[in-house]
Amino acid sequence: MSIDQNTAAKVAKLARIKVEEDALPALAEEFNTILGFIEQLNEVDVEGVEPMTSVTPQRLKRREDVVNDGNQQDKILSNAPDAREGFFAVPKVVE
Amino acid sequence: MSDLNKLGLAEARDALRKGETTSVELTEACLKAIDAADALNAFVHKTPEIALERAKAADARIQEGEAPAMCGLPVGIKDLFCTKGVASQAASKILDGFKPEYESTVSQQLADAGAVMLGKLNMDEFAMGSSNETSAYGNAVSPWRRGNDDAQLTPGGSSGGSASAVAADLCLAATGTDTGGSIRQPAAFTGTVGIKPTYGRCSRWGVVAFASSLDQAGPMTKSVRDAAIMLEAMCGHDPKDSTSAELAVPNFEAMLTGDIKGKKIGIPKEYRMEGMPAEIEKLWADGTEMLKAAGAEIVDISLPHTKYALPAYYVIAPAEASSNLARYDGVRYGNRAVLEAGDGITEMYEKSRAAGFGQEVQRRVMIGTYVLSAGFYDAYYNRARRVRALIKRDFEEVFAAGVDAILTPATPSAAFGLGEMIDADPVQMYLNDVFTVTVNLAGLPGIAVPAGLDTQGLPLGLQLIGRPWEEGDLLNTAYALESAAGFVAKPGKWW
Repeated sequence: MSIDQNTAAKVAKLARIKVEEDALPALAEEFNTILGFIEQLNEVDVEGVEPMTSVTPQRLKRREDVVNDGNQQDKILSNAPDAREGFFAVPKVVE
Repeated sequence: MSDLNKLGLAEARDALRKGETTSVELTEACLKAIDAADALNAFVHKTPEIALERAKAADARIQEGEAPAMCGLPVGIKDLFCTKGVASQAASKILDGFKPEYESTVSQQLADAGAVMLGKLNMDEFAMGSSNETSAYGNAVSPWRRGNDDAQLTPGGSSGGSASAVAADLCLAATGTDTGGSIRQPAAFTGTVGIKPTYGRCSRWGVVAFASSLDQAGPMTKSVRDAAIMLEAMCGHDPKDSTSAELAVPNFEAMLTGDIKGKKIGIPKEYRMEGMPAEIEKLWADGTEMLKAAGAEIVDISLPHTKYALPAYYVIAPAEASSNLARYDGVRYGNRAVLEAGDGITEMYEKSRAAGFGQEVQRRVMIGTYVLSAGFYDAYYNRARRVRALIKRDFEEVFAAGVDAILTPATPSAAFGLGEMIDADPVQMYLNDVFTVTVNLAGLPGIAVPAGLDTQGLPLGLQLIGRPWEEGDLLNTAYALESAAGFVAKPGKWW
C-alpha cells in the first residue's frame, strides 16, 4: 500500500490539520515509511483471534443515570479562547 | 543536615520523623537546586509559593503525628498531569496558557498524602517521543555526560524532565507516565528507577490522554524502596476513571524483603535482538547471574510475537491519539489560530491544529486517522488489536507455566546525544521502545532498575516485567536486583 500526495492531502483534511501543498510530498513519504513498518503485521496468523477491546478483562462500570455534576459555567468557560455571554464563540457555521 | 535535595524519599521521610529536618528545609533545598539548574530545562513551570505553603502544612501535620509516608516530601509533577490553577500544557503549544480548574486524581492523592509539589516537569509533546525533543518548551537535558565530552545528551522521553530532575537531585522523586516506555526508558537513560504499574492501578483521570488503553502513571525515583513508597500513594480505585481497578492497594514497601529464593525468572529469547550492543548483552547476562546468585531459578522462555509489538503499537497508539486529540479544536481551551476574513469553522480547526501541534504529534494524529479511516480499519486497526491479543497471550502462557518475573534490557542502547537522531526516519526513533512497548500492550507492570555503566560512563538499565497486579512481588525482585547491582554512580555537576 503506497500513499500518494492526494491520499496524504485527504488524511490531513480528515484530521483537520492544515498542510501546505508543498509539504505534501514529504508527508506522503513519511507515511509510507511508517506504514511500511506496520505492514509486518500481515505476517501474523490472526485467524480466529478476537481484536482486543480491554487489556484487563472487565465489564465497564455503570452508574445511576442522574446529574451528578454541573453549575460551573464560569469554570468551563475560563480557558476558552473566545467566550461571550456564557457561550463558546466560534466563526460563522451556517451561511 | 546538608544537601537535603540529594536525599531519597525513604531517607527524607525517616529524617522528618526523627525531627532531624523539616519539610520547609527540604523544600527550600530543592527550590535552590531547581533555580540553579535552568540549563537542564527540567522544571518548566516552577511553583515555589505552592511548595512552601504545602511544606508548612506538612510540617504541622508531622508535628501532630499520624502523617502518611509521603508527607512533607518535595516532588516534581510531569506536565501531563492537570494541576489546579497551575499551567498544564502537555508540553504543547496548543495548550499554551491552559490552567485547569481541577486536579488530576494522582496529583490530588499525592497532595492529600502531604507531598509537596515543586513545579511541572518537561516532557515530549503529548508524551509522544523518546528523547524529549518534541517539547514546546525545548529539550530537557540529561545531567549525565559522556566522560569529559560536553555534548548534551537526552534524558530520554517522554518523561524526560522527570528523569533529569530526579537524576540531578532537583527533587526527591517525580511523577511520570508511560504509554510505550515513557517512564522506563528515561529512567534507564538517567540511572534512576521507574515503574509502570498494571493498567488500571493508577487513575487516568485528569492526566492528558495520549492512548487511553495504554497510558499509565507511575513514580520515578532514586531507589526501588522510594518507588514502592510513592507508587502506593499514587494507586487506588477512582470512580472517575472507568478502567480504574477496584482492588486494594498493598503496602508495597513492607513487601521489600529482598528474598527471591525459588522465584522463577524468565529470560525471553526474542529480546536478543540482532545488532544489540555487546554492553547491553553483558549487562543482561550479569543481571541474570545476580538474580541466580540471590536464589532465583532462571528459565529460558519464548514470547513469540515480540517482534510485532512495535508495529502493533504504532497502529493502536496513533489511532487512539487521533481520537483523543480531536478535542483540541480551538474552541473550549487552548490556542485558536489567528483567522483571516472569510475563514469559517473548518479553517479555524485546521489552522489552529496546524499551528498548535508539533511535527511528531501531527504525524501521529494523521497516521491514526488513516488507520481508522473507511477501508483501512480492518486491515490496520483491527489486525493490530488481534496481534495485541496474541502478545498478551504470550505473556499469559509464560506466567501460567510458573514464571514470576521476566528480565530484559530496558533500552537497546545508552542515552544518545540531543540532535543525533534528527536525520533518522521516525521508525528509528520508535525502536527505542522495542523492549518496553510489549508491557503496555499486555497491560503488565514493568520496572527499570539501574544496573551498570557503559564504557563512556553512561547508565544502563534492566527491566523486570511482573504478573498483573503483583507490583509488590515485582518491586521485591527489583529490590534484590538493585541490591546486587549496587549502582551508586551520580552525574558530575556541570550545570
